[in-house]
Order: sequence, then structure tokens, then C-alpha cells
Amino acid sequence: MRYVYLVSIVGVIGLIALLGPRGSVTTRPPIEVFPDMDRMPKYHPQAKSAFFADGRTDRLPVEGTIARGTYYEDEYFATGKNGEAFGKGFPIDVDNDAMARGEDRYNIYCSVCHGAAGDGDSMTKKYGMLTVANLVDQRLVDYTDGQLYDVVKNGKGLMLGYADRLSVEDRWNVVLYVRALQRAANGTKDDLTPAKREELGL
Amino acid sequence: MSNVFPKWSNALPLKIIVFIFILAAAIVSGVTYYATPSYTRVGYQPAQPVLYDHSFHVGELGLDCRYCHSAVEESGHANIPAASTCMSCHSTIKTDSPLLEPVRASFASGEPVPWVRVHETPDYVYFNHSVHVNRGVSCVECHGKVNEMEIVTHDQSLSMGWCLDCHRNPEEHIRPVDQVTNLDWVHPGGKKGQIEDGLKFVEEWKINPPQSCSGCHR
Ligand code: HEC
Ligand code: HEC
Ligand code: HEC
Ligand code: HEC
Ligand code: HEC
Repeated sequence: MRYVYLVSIVGVIGLIALLGPRGSVTTRPPIEVFPDMDRMPKYHPQAKSAFFADGRTDRLPVEGTIARGTYYEDEYFATGKNGEAFGKGFPIDVDNDAMARGEDRYNIYCSVCHGAAGDGDSMTKKYGMLTVANLVDQRLVDYTDGQLYDVVKNGKGLMLGYADRLSVEDRWNVVLYVRALQRAANGTKDDLTPAKREELGL
Repeated sequence: MSNVFPKWSNALPLKIIVFIFILAAAIVSGVTYYATPSYTRVGYQPAQPVLYDHSFHVGELGLDCRYCHSAVEESGHANIPAASTCMSCHSTIKTDSPLLEPVRASFASGEPVPWVRVHETPDYVYFNHSVHVNRGVSCVECHGKVNEMEIVTHDQSLSMGWCLDCHRNPEEHIRPVDQVTNLDWVHPGGKKGQIEDGLKFVEEWKINPPQSCSGCHR
């Protein structure tokens, strides 16, 4: 009997040594203990497909078609252009909600390179992104709204477009927020109300 | 007549029964410890085709999760970014790094980078990111401190009991929606403040996480 216990204890210690504690880092895919219906032959986003020739479950749009819900009657709203020329003005409701949403999106997608204040002073600049535009520069203040929208959508120079991550509405919200940054950076004391000016002693 | 069984064998049945009990106890504790997702999944860290480092891009550069996982607020699926997302920066930064070769190849050809999935619930479970993220459940609750991971590691068990632990007491895990992607955020009032505010959010946003089977198995 003593030998049985001895062998069992050695066996258990061996197993524990082999399996390790919970949470140990491993590249071995998780074992599915009861793999009943864990993996069904259905398609998930961004997954592999054995059926399609390109091996993806995500299908690209058929050439010459556009997805439902992505056609906009209003050309200026969708492209920032009237015909060939960039347009002026905002085709969205300009209110606090639009501004807040624009600020939120700007801080996610733009501030990494253009800086939180729009002046191009950012973390990526420290790592070699030297040609980032200064958004509050007069050159960009002179851009029309449609032209700014086009840069957000399609990119310009070394910047790639953000059309895949910002909806049409959000792109306009971001343009609105950029206008607010420009206003803030280039403000003069004349922008203040007389009462405020007095308060600040200007 | 001589004895067929020696005297010591009288105690043998008892000894065998005791041994079987001890063995059973060992097997039961072994199975509860090892045959659960807390062991099988937690710590899973597959080798990725590109040594993409969250701790640098999020922790050091300060990128928001949504810069890359941009659909997480709108869709059930949190997308893995396309190569063009990386190329927003890597077309100017580290343009000749051999580590980034698969990304450049993918950007040129349109073939996706073959990232390896880390988290994957079984197919009979319905999970949706947007309902959680838009209700103040942070990524850190389910994915751990991704902002400190050099390689993404499976941090939580994602078992049914684990989902239900939160669904039964959501107030312990809910934070203001604008702090969802700030993984280092903890309630300034400590645990007590968290529960106080959590209860307020549950009330205000009418939070009612499903506990019935059809909520998650639909
Ligand atoms: C610069 C782009 C980028 C940013 C920013 C980013 N990620 Fe990721 N993330 C990736 C890529 C690429 C992968 C796939 C490769 C991998 O798993 O490492 C990934 C994988 C993941 C995974 C694992 C997915 C799976 O396969 O199960 C999780 C979880 C995750 N990210 C969470 C986060 C969180 C949380 C944040 C914010 C703190 C974040 N990510 C920020 C690019 C990014
Ligand atoms: C906001 C800009 C930005 C984005 C977006 C970005 N990176 Fe980076 N990445 C950097 C910076 C900056 C460095 C560090 C360069 C250095 O160390 O000088 C870097 C470094 C790297 C490195 C190490 C390269 C080396 O040779 O040391 C890899 C690999 C990498 N990134 C992968 C990715 C992948 C994959 C993505 C897309 C999911 C991505 N990056 C998106 C800015 C970015
Ligand atoms: C309530 C828990 C929970 C929260 C909060 C959460 N995730 Fe997830 N995440 C999961 C689960 C579960 C999966 C596996 C989903 C599946 O298999 O379909 C997953 C998968 C992922 C994936 C892989 C792709 C996918 O959708 O399957 C990424 C990337 C990811 N999460 C990123 C994030 C980011 C970024 C956040 C925060 C903004 C976040 N997650 C918040 C639970 C969560
Ligand atoms: C950290 C907390 C937390 C965790 C962990 C969590 N959930 Fe939830 N979940 C919530 C909250 C809060 C809601 C309620 C949102 C609401 O009522 O608006 C919710 C809602 C849901 C819903 C309802 C969606 C709908 O359309 O009504 C589903 C389904 C769900 N969770 C599935 C899961 C699954 C599956 C897991 C485990 C993989 C999980 N959750 C883990 C907090 C959590
Ligand atoms: C909060 C979401 C949620 C709810 C509610 C829920 N489940 Fe689950 N269930 C899960 C998840 C997630 C898994 C996958 C667990 C895993 O893979 O580790 C699962 C797995 C299962 C499994 C398979 C276990 C296995 O390993 O084969 C069964 C059976 C099951 N659930 C039954 C139920 C029943 C019955 C109810 C109602 C009393 C229920 N579930 C309610 C999330 C849920």
C-alpha cells in the first residue's frame, strides 16, 4: 500500500509540474473540454472561409455597387464639393452636440498626430512624424469647410483618409471642432465680450 | 487447512476504500482546478505575425483603443484594424523595419494580416461589444490591462459564471462612459464610491443585464 501511495503522490506532483498553475502564459490554444457545439459552421466577422476563393468571410462590395445606407442625395454632405469646387458652410446642424461629438472623435483619431490643440505638437512628432500639418495655421484657416472635410475623408500628402473610421456625419463634426480650435488659437481680445475684457484687464 | 489469505489482508478492503476516496478527492480537485476556462484560457498568448505592442502604442503613444478597434462602439464585433490603419503612421515612421513587413505587404496587396484570435467565445453564445461599451463597462473588465501588455494575453476566463458574476452585480463594474477606454481609471472614491456611483448609473441608464438563458444563448 505504501508503494501505491508513493507512486500516486509522485504522479500527482508530476502532473502539477506539467500543467502549471492557472494563468501561466502559453502559446498553446485553449483546450475545449466539452467541445459540444463550440464551433459551428457559421460565418463570423473577419474570420477565415473555406468557401470563397480569397479565404475571407467578409465580402468586398461588388464593383459598381454601394452598400445600403451609404448613398447620400446631398452631394456636398457626402463629398464636401459642389460639382468640382469645394463648398463652404456646414451641411449638419451646428450645435453643442455636434461640437462635443467632434471633440470626442478628434481626440481619438486626430490628436495622436495633430496634437490636442491642433498645433501639430504630439507624441508621434517625437517619434519622427515631422511633416504633420499645424491645423491652426493661417493656411488651413483659409481652407473652406468642404476642403477640410475632403482631407479628413480622403487624406492629403502623407496622411491617409479616415473614411473607414469616421462616418460622414462625424467627419463634419470633426471639421466643426477643428474650426473651434482655429478660433481658439487665433483669437484676439476683440473676441471677448466687453465685460470679460474688463475682468481680465485687457 | 492452511490459510489462503495471510492475516494482513483482513485490512486490505478498508485500505483500498480509503485510497479510492483520496484518489477521488484528488481527481475532483484536479478537474475543478484544471478543466475550467480559468485554466484552459487564461494566459493564452498566441504568437502573432507582427510583434505589435499595445503597451507602446497605447501606453506610450497614448492611442485610444477606438483608433484601431473603431467599430467597438457601434457593432457587436470589435474589429481588428486593417493594415491601412497602421500605415497612417507607419508610412512615415519605421518605414524599413523588417518587423512591419507583413503590414506593408498587406497594405500593398489588400490581403489581410493573418492575426491570430485570442478571445473567442463558443458559437452558441451571443456576445455584443457595443451594449457593454456604451453602458460604461470598460475593456479592462474583460480583457485586463491591455495597455500594459506587450503581446495580448487572455486575462479573464470568459466563462458563463464569470459573465453572470457581473450581470448580477453590474454596479461594481460600471464607470462613466467617457472613461471606458481609459484602462487605468479607478473610481476616486474607492470601492465604496464605485458602488454608490454604480448604483446611480444602473438606475439612470435603466441597466438590466440579462440573467435568463435566452439573453446570451439566442
Ligand atoms: C494601433 C492600433 C491599436 C490600438 C490603439 C489598440 N489595439 Fe488592440 N489590437 C490591435 C491589433 C493589430 C490586434 C491584433 C493583434 C494582437 O492580438 O496583438 C489587437 C488585438 C487586441 C485584442 C485581442 C483580440 C483577440 O484576438 O481576441 C484585444 C482584447 C485588444 N486588442 C484590446 C485593445 C484595447 C483594450 C485597446 C485600448 C487600450 C487597444 N486594443 C488598442 C491594434 C490596436
Ligand atoms: C499613431 C501612430 C501609429 C500607429 C497608428 C501605429 N504605430 Fe506602430 N509605431 C509607432 C511609433 C511612433 C513606433 C516607434 C518607433 C520608434 O521606436 O522609433 C511604432 C513602432 C512599431 C513597431 C516596432 C517597429 C520596430 O522596428 O521597432 C511595430 C512592429 C509596430 N509599430 C506595429 C504597428 C502595427 C501592426 C500597427 C497597426 C495595428 C501600428 N504599429 C500602428 C506609431 C504608430
Ligand atoms: C463585457 C466584456 C467585454 C468588454 C467590456 C470588452 N470586450 Fe472585447 N471581447 C469580449 C469577448 C467575450 C470577446 C470574444 C468575442 C467573440 O468570441 O465573439 C471579445 C473580443 C474582442 C476582440 C476580438 C474581436 C472580436 O470582436 O471577437 C477585440 C479586438 C476586443 N474584444 C477589443 C475590445 C475593446 C477595444 C474593448 C473596449 C472598448 C472591449 N473589447 C471591451 C469581451 C469584452
Ligand atoms: C463587467 C460587467 C459585464 C461582464 C463581465 C459581462 N457583461 Fe454582459 N452586460 C453588462 C451590462 C451592464 C449589460 C446591460 C446593458 C444595458 O442594460 O444596457 C450587459 C448586457 C448584456 C447583454 C444584453 C444585450 C442586449 O441586447 O440586451 C448580453 C447578451 C450580454 N451582456 C452578454 C454577455 C456575455 C456573453 C458575457 C460574457 C462573455 C458578458 N455579457 C459579460 C455587463 C457585463
Ligand atoms: C450572461 C450570459 C449568459 C447567460 C444569461 C446564460 N449563459 Fe450559458 N453560457 C454563457 C457563456 C459565455 C458560455 C460559454 C462558457 C465557456 O465557453 O466557458 C455558456 C455556456 C453554456 C453551456 C455549455 C457549457 C459547456 O461547457 O458545454 C450551457 C449548457 C449553458 N451555457 C446553459 C445555460 C442555461 C441553461 C442558462 C439559463 C439558466 C444560461 N446558460 C444562461 C453565457 C450565458
